[in-house]
Amino acid sequence: MAVRNLSLTVRRGEIFGFLGPNGAGKSTSIKMLLGLVKPTGGEALVLGAPSGSVDIRRKIGFLPEDFRFYTWLTASELLELHGRLCGMSALRLAERIPALLELVGLTPHREKRLREFSKGMSQRIGLAQALIHDPELIFLDEPTSGLDPMGRRLVRDVVRAQRERGATVFLNSHLLSEVEITCDQVVFMKQGEVVGSHDLRTECGGEIRVVVLVQNLPAETITGLTRWGSSIEKQGDLLTFSARSKEVLPEVHRYLAASGADIFSFTPERLSLEELFLKIMGEDQGL
Amino acid sequence: MGVWIMASVTFREAARRKILWAALLAGGAFLTLFATGMHFQAKDLVRYSVPPFVRYQVQSSVLQVGFYAVDVLAVLLAILTSVDTLSGEIASGTIHAIATKPVARWQILVGKWIGFAIMVAVYVALMFAGVGIVGRVVTGIVTPRIFLGGTLVYVECLLVLTMTVMCGTWFSTLTNGVVVIGLHGLAFIGGWIEQIAALTNSPRLVTVGIVSSLLMPSEALWHRASFEMQSSFARTLQFTPFANASAPSLAMVGYAVVYLMIAFAIAICHFRERDL
Repeated sequence: MAVRNLSLTVRRGEIFGFLGPNGAGKSTSIKMLLGLVKPTGGEALVLGAPSGSVDIRRKIGFLPEDFRFYTWLTASELLELHGRLCGMSALRLAERIPALLELVGLTPHREKRLREFSKGMSQRIGLAQALIHDPELIFLDEPTSGLDPMGRRLVRDVVRAQRERGATVFLNSHLLSEVEITCDQVVFMKQGEVVGSHDLRTECGGEIRVVVLVQNLPAETITGLTRWGSSIEKQGDLLTFSARSKEVLPEVHRYLAASGADIFSFTPERLSLEELFLKIMGEDQGL
Repeated sequence: MGVWIMASVTFREAARRKILWAALLAGGAFLTLFATGMHFQAKDLVRYSVPPFVRYQVQSSVLQVGFYAVDVLAVLLAILTSVDTLSGEIASGTIHAIATKPVARWQILVGKWIGFAIMVAVYVALMFAGVGIVGRVVTGIVTPRIFLGGTLVYVECLLVLTMTVMCGTWFSTLTNGVVVIGLHGLAFIGGWIEQIAALTNSPRLVTVGIVSSLLMPSEALWHRASFEMQSSFARTLQFTPFANASAPSLAMVGYAVVYLMIAFAIAICHFRERDL
């Protein structure tokens, strides 16, 4: 079973990151929400209605992982086809297609056939087709896959612009640095189950790594730090440990000072999403 | 609306990828060769002073060979163009971007089917007209009931197309091709067993042929088409090299149509329910 006991709530208007190692069930979950795969049990509501219905799909955009389409179409024809499938009029498409091609940087290639497109260009046109009808909810499955740094930045800007206009973005990506600077909330998935979630607007896992440059620190003081955190390491004058939250930092500072140690610097460093991811996921499963 | 968009894109694909043009070009080459052959045969029949009645029967039989070649080419066109359409798009993930648009899955399947059906209709119409015109111009023979014959061959193509689309909702492209060609092969062998059995007056062998036609009635439609397009003399004799010793009944034609409709319904149901 690819997914079990999956329970998710995504708020409207936010960029939601769906994270997990390969084989965690992320793509399967997205496919269930889109109606491509039928769950064996449970209920999924998308924009308040049962997932997969034709009416709901009018409000949804989707960029599949490794986007592929009829390679004999040109970029403009592809967008026209998807627009027509979404019920858009020829008049509206005549305005929308050039604007979207401009948005994804493919205007010079509008009459080029998709068979001549690079991986990055395919991702860009795939993103454009997902946005053709101004959907309320956009599922992006590995949108930056195959993109160069400029392309990744473009995707980031497009995703943020979608949030600005009130759309909800459901982002599945392995590029944690991108997720970290784009998403509002993330959920971690492992072996088909949600194993954690974090609000990136306010915190990153609560834990804060602290680097202290200190001399004359008694050994028993180091042991005593376990009251406020973990992963304590002391190398020369450098003491590092992970505090449970930023609220405990003043107390830790007072504790160290009271021990008689000479503190030269006390620097809190937020745990990166990648560190948090690795901590939650544990050892590499080789998937 | 979704049906016509999918039908249009399927037909455009056939034209843009030069499938239709290649098929018509090959068909044109066949017609040229066929016309040349018939022309020289007509000259030889005159040179050897073959009586007009015999000449008519011989040339009618050769025309049947021409129609039979068109039948085989049209069936192959129906299979080869549609064999990859669902299975290939499911395997590559191409279907994901379409199936998540606001179109029902049945509309995708029906649209594709209509696109291929139009393409095969164009091919069968042009090729039948071509063989008919060659017959009329080179030999002076007007093929009887050619429209009915062409319609039956077209129904045969639709039957094979529907089976290919249906199997495409289950199998990979390669397996799909093997299954459908295998089924049509079964019908082909069964059809000929039935003809030979009728000639040799072997009722049990006829039953074997009928059973194979019930399993896959495609070839039976050709045999009926051929029977309809025969000269009245050949129909009386009930045998020419590419026609019939035992013409399938109209009930078999009706069975083939029902078979097609059931296969179509199964294809829609399975495609609607399956995971993509």
